Parts: sequence; structure tokens; C-alpha cells
Amino acid sequence: MIAIKDLHKSYKMGSNVLHVLKGINFNVEEGEMVAIMGSSGSGKSTLLNIVGMLDLLDTGSYTLDGVPIVNLNETKAAKYRNKFLGFIFQSFNLINYKTALENVALPLYYQRVPKKERDEKALQYLTKVGLANWATHLPSELSGGQKQRVAIARALAAQPKVLLADEPTGALDSTTSYEVMQLLQEINDEGKTLLVVTHEEDIAKMCKRIVQLKDGVIIEDKKVNQIRASEYV
Amino acid sequence: MFSSDNWQEIFQTIKKNKLRTFLSGFTITLGLLIFITLLGLGNGLKNSFNQFFMDDATNTMFIFPGRTSMPYKGYNVNRTIQFKNDDLADIQKNFPFYLEYITPRIFRNGTVTFNNESNSYSYVGVSPAHQVSEKTIMMKGRYLNDLDVKEKTKYAVIGRLVEKDLFKDKSALGEHVIINNTAYKVIGVFQDEGGDNEERRIYVPYTTLQLIEKNTDDINQIVLAYKPELGYAGAMLFEEKLTKFLKEKHEIAPDDQSGVFVRNIADNMNDNQQLSGVLTLIVTFVGIGTLIAGVIGISNIMVFVIKERTKEIGVRKALGATPFSIITMILQESIFITLIAGYIGLFLGIFVLKMIGDKLEDYFILNPYIDLGTAITATIILILFGALAGYVPAKRAARIQPIVALRDE
Repeated sequence: MIAIKDLHKSYKMGSNVLHVLKGINFNVEEGEMVAIMGSSGSGKSTLLNIVGMLDLLDTGSYTLDGVPIVNLNETKAAKYRNKFLGFIFQSFNLINYKTALENVALPLYYQRVPKKERDEKALQYLTKVGLANWATHLPSELSGGQKQRVAIARALAAQPKVLLADEPTGALDSTTSYEVMQLLQEINDEGKTLLVVTHEEDIAKMCKRIVQLKDGVIIEDKKVNQIRASEYV
Repeated sequence: MFSSDNWQEIFQTIKKNKLRTFLSGFTITLGLLIFITLLGLGNGLKNSFNQFFMDDATNTMFIFPGRTSMPYKGYNVNRTIQFKNDDLADIQKNFPFYLEYITPRIFRNGTVTFNNESNSYSYVGVSPAHQVSEKTIMMKGRYLNDLDVKEKTKYAVIGRLVEKDLFKDKSALGEHVIINNTAYKVIGVFQDEGGDNEERRIYVPYTTLQLIEKNTDDINQIVLAYKPELGYAGAMLFEEKLTKFLKEKHEIAPDDQSGVFVRNIADNMNDNQQLSGVLTLIVTFVGIGTLIAGVIGISNIMVFVIKERTKEIGVRKALGATPFSIITMILQESIFITLIAGYIGLFLGIFVLKMIGDKLEDYFILNPYIDLGTAITATIILILFGALAGYVPAKRAARIQPIVALRDE
């Protein structure tokens, strides 16, 4: 599903060059649930952003679902993002003046799905995350966990190949975190590929594979026995 | 791009962000309101200036006959030139391109009597166009018309002060006055801003006067008006051609300066018009200044609006919005708002001018107005710049990496 070869990425900070990713080789098969771990500054978010086409790589190659991601201009990147990827952010990033339903329907708007169909699908995904009753509420009327579930529904709505979650539980208390992880596990159970960036050990252990990053290189890549979040809830 | 789906998205954004919508709309409305009001007041100032200095029509020429000062084609010097009705007809026939209207004038003085009251007044034989050239204002009844000239009716139009002198408090309409032994029926009373002298006049059809005076076709003076669109230069050219024509017709030497005189009001008008031009310049300057202030205002608001939306743009991009769709969204929204707001501003401004009307006449502002073309151009300029002011930051916002936009707090 994801194939990354010899990936390098550096940022210019004034006169200094910050070499963030120093040769990453990394493959993800379909249906995997991978945790990317590392302390802050290890390059884990940068890696996720490159996978998410939110950022560009310097050298190396990146293939997503058999499509080589090269020569990305903004329009092309936007189309790929819309088609292949769903994002879940730490700070939810819901549009504050849109209702839960409208937020979920937004990726479908950019896929030019007709309004009626869009709303039906959005409601379907809201139901899936257990928030059908909150469809007409604004993000400001929802709790943190609910917001993240709306964001997950939104990420799912476009039916992407891969879900990318950047610290999905970073802004939530542990009970809510486990609820969100349970939801992500269920989504993975249905065969969706998931990439989760986290620095929390217990969250990482709920994935099927843990990749440890340190100073821009992968220092450990192991399969683990998934701990079901439902045990905690 | 202009699907109803798109518009729904935009209407929603507008509805849910009332403050933002209000701010950008208000800037445009206010800018236009001020622009139209100021320009209108400036025009009002110009109007009262024109009224002060331009009592008579400004596009008028007076033609007087004189005496020749040179012998020419067998004629002696000192020959008196006499205009006749056929001069009127010839000018009309030869200068239709320049001529707006023409009227003869036959000046007479005489005793005018009504019942036991009598007094001496000047009375003038004219044709209907004379009303325009003198800007005579009818208080009651009517002015002379073409039929009166044709039928040589014994009708008279008398000045306000004539009526006051002879009729005291009674109305003169329909009464008969005796002017030099001939009875005329009063068909109208006029006023004239030219002063008391002009309001002590009596106008009668020139043909009637000619008939009574032994059926001659002599006339004293010719007053004519050229088409205003000729401008100053055109008027000068017309004057030159006309003088030449009349000299040829009356067989006056081409360089004889005293055979016929043409007095062109445009000559005196030129100075006044320059002052009026300065006023126009000031009004234009104020107008452009206001417009620039409006453009800067809307630009600031647009930059602010887009700054505020940076994160939203990032989210939209992460969800698959192309830069193009971001730019169109922002532009469509801003143009829609400025269009509505511009229309309101236009309407309000014109309404305010209408409300002011002649209420500020004491402050030398008369009939403030703005011509619709200027107002609409100003509206379009504001909308255009509003869109441009939105386009530049929108383009930048659409280009930044979504990750940068998302980091923006």
C-alpha cells in the first residue's frame, strides 16, 4: 500500500539546515495498523506529513497504492489527498461554522458528490461513529471526544485507502482516548489501513506494528500483539 | 464552477460569518455613500456657481447691425445696415449644423396704459425662442408661441413689475393693455433673474410689431444660440463663419469692422468657465480620494478575512480542495458581498442626495446630483478592487502548504 525508499527531508532554518529524515525505508501492507513512535523532534510528524502529501520530500521515492507520488503540484496533490487519504488531527480541525454533518460531508463536496447523496453518506458515517443524534450541532457544542469522532467520520467519508492520524488522542483524557482508539481499531478490523503517530506507549500498543523513530532514522520496526482498547473501556 | 452547489457553500459561509460579511460589505457601502454624497454636493456647489454667473443662456450670440466704414462694391461709406426677416431665414437655412434656435429683437419704448394707470416701458418684438435665450420664467399664463408669430396676434407677455405697476394687486391675465395706441391682450406674466429692468419689459410677437409699424420686415437685432456641444472652439468658428456670411450678404467689405457686430457670450463665459473648471477639478479630486480610501479599506478587510481563514483553507486543502477551488470560493464570496453592498451604497447615496435636494441652498449647494454613469463606474471600480484585493492574498493562501496553514493558530 505504502512504499517509501531512501527518504530524505531537511528544513532550512535561517542559515542552518535541519536534516529531519535521514534515509527512511518503510513499507505498509493493506490492512495494517501501524504506530509511528518517537520523541518530539524525531521526525515522526514530518514522515506522516510526507505520506499525507501535506509536505514534499527532498530525495527518495514514495509510492501509494501503486501510484508513484512524484512531481506533485498543488492541484494534483489535492486530488490524491481527496482520493487516497483521510486525515485525523490532534486538534480535530473541524470547520467551526459548519455542523457535524456538514463537516463530514465536506470531502464529498470536493469529490463533487451531489448534495443529497452527500448528506446521506455523511449521516451514515456519523451513525458509524455513534453521533447521528449530533448531526446538526456545531463543533463548539461537542466534547473533545465527540469532535474527534466527527473528524474520524469525516476522514472516512471520502472512502480513502489509508487513514493518517497525527496524535489522535493527544488532546483527550485517557478514557476518551481509549474510546477513540477502539473506534480506530474497529475501522482497521474492516480492512482499512491506518497510520497512527503517537508518543504514548499504551496507544502504540493498540496497533499491530510499532515503528520507532529517533533522530530521523528508524531504529526499531516490530509487529506486536494488539491490545484491544475495549479491555480498558 | 458556478453550480448551485457552489453557491450554497458560499451562502452558508456568508450566513455563518455575519461580522466578516458585514465588515467588508459596510466598507463598500460607506465608501460609495461618501463618494456619491461628496460628488453630489460638489456638483451642487457648481450648480449654484453657474446660477450666479450665468443668468442668461451661456451659448448665446447677439448680432447688431451698424454703419459701414468703407466703400465697397459701389456703395458709399456710412451706409446703415438694416436686418430683415430674410436674414433670420438665411441664417437658419445656412447654419443648421450650428444653430440651436434664433430669434429677432425689435426694441421699442412706449406708454402703456391700463384703465387710468399708465407708464413708460420698453417693449420688445420677439419670437418664442427668446424665452430660452433670456431664461424668462413664466409665473402665470404662457409665453408667445409660433402660432402667435404666424397669425400676428395682438398678445403681450408682461413683466412681473409691469403687472405690479399697472394692475396693483389684480391679475393682468386676460386684460387688455394699450401700448402706443394699440390694444394687446395679456396672455402671461413673467419673472427674470436679470433684475428689475428686465422685469419691466413687455414681449409681443415681432410680426405683430412689424404689421403695426406699416407692415415692414425690419428687425433690430438677432439673438441666436449655438448647440452647446460645439464647445468654446466650435462657437468661435461659428462666430467667424456667421460674420463672414452676413458681411457678404449685406455687401460689407470683409475687413470692415463696423458694418455688423457679433457679440459672443462665450467670450465672457470663458473666464467663468475656467473657475467652474477648477471647481470640477476639486470635486473630481475629492471623489478620487474617497474612492482610493474605499479601495484601501476593502483591501485591508480582505487581507484580514483571508488571514482569519488560513486554517480553514488548510483543512479544506487537506480534504482535497484544489488551489483553484479555494481561490474561486473566496473570489465568488467577496464579489457577491461587494456587489450587494455596492448596490446598497449606490442606492443610499442617491437617496441621500435626493433627501438633501434644495435644503442646503443657503450654503450655496443647489440641486446636488450625480450622474448615474459616474456612480456606476465608481461602484464597479470598488467591486473590481475588492476582488483584486481578495485575489492576491487568496492566491497566497491557496498556495501555502496545508501543513503550514494547519499549524496556524
